[in-house]
Amino acid sequence: MTANEFKMTVDSRSVNESFARTAVAAFTAQLDPTVEEINDIKTAVSEAVTNCIVHGYKNSVGKIFITVKIKDDNAVLITIKDRGIGIEDIKKAREPLFTTGGADRAGLGFSVMESFTDKLTVRSSLGRGTTVTLYKRILGRSK
Amino acid sequence: MSVKTDFQDEVLYCFLSGEIDHHSALPMRLEIDDKIEISRPKETILDFTDVTFMDSSGIGLVMGRYKLCKSFDGTLTVCGLSDSSYKVMKLAGLSNIANIKKGGIKNDRK
Repeated sequence: MTANEFKMTVDSRSVNESFARTAVAAFTAQLDPTVEEINDIKTAVSEAVTNCIVHGYKNSVGKIFITVKIKDDNAVLITIKDRGIGIEDIKKAREPLFTTGGADRAGLGFSVMESFTDKLTVRSSLGRGTTVTLYKRILGRSK
Repeated sequence: MSVKTDFQDEVLYCFLSGEIDHHSALPMRLEIDDKIEISRPKETILDFTDVTFMDSSGIGLVMGRYKLCKSFDGTLTVCGLSDSSYKVMKLAGLSNIANIKKGGIKNDRK
């Protein structure tokens, strides 16, 4: 597969969660993924975008920067970045069930991203924002 | 509305549809809680057959309803999960608290 790239910026409004994951999934379709792989990507992206909205930009509306790169090893590299408040303790934030989001948040966002992709990287700086990178190999329907 | 409910013989059926994410979960939650509090069912069944997408917001939805049902000794059953929704639920270990089935309820109550 030839390398290819797609970039988009969306406002951190919850109505955009559906659009963001669908757009990323649509771009990834050129790798001929299985339905399961597409769902894994949609779910992981949904978690990352929700984090930007709920945590990164808590009480305000900012921009979410999304880059999707198709790699020539049949993999997809998705970067989701915000310029929000940042994460104080990444290790703790990544622990299953840890949440600062209240009673109806499960605290499983990072766990979902981790188990639905092949690699998850989180970089964050307090007051400057957070960048989440998701890497997933697409075996596709030919596997 | 993305949730249709039906209360019969002390069982509350909730048929969820569409996509469940952080954006859509709140109105669903309010609708279901409203019905649970009015009917105080012995059993609440959340049917996910017509759910086309679910992220971890679905886990919060189930956990919160479980706590509410438990507060008056009701039970919670989750059914009709797609393979991918089941994968998310399994990750959360929800099978320990709620009765989780993959298949939907076959009936004409919808």
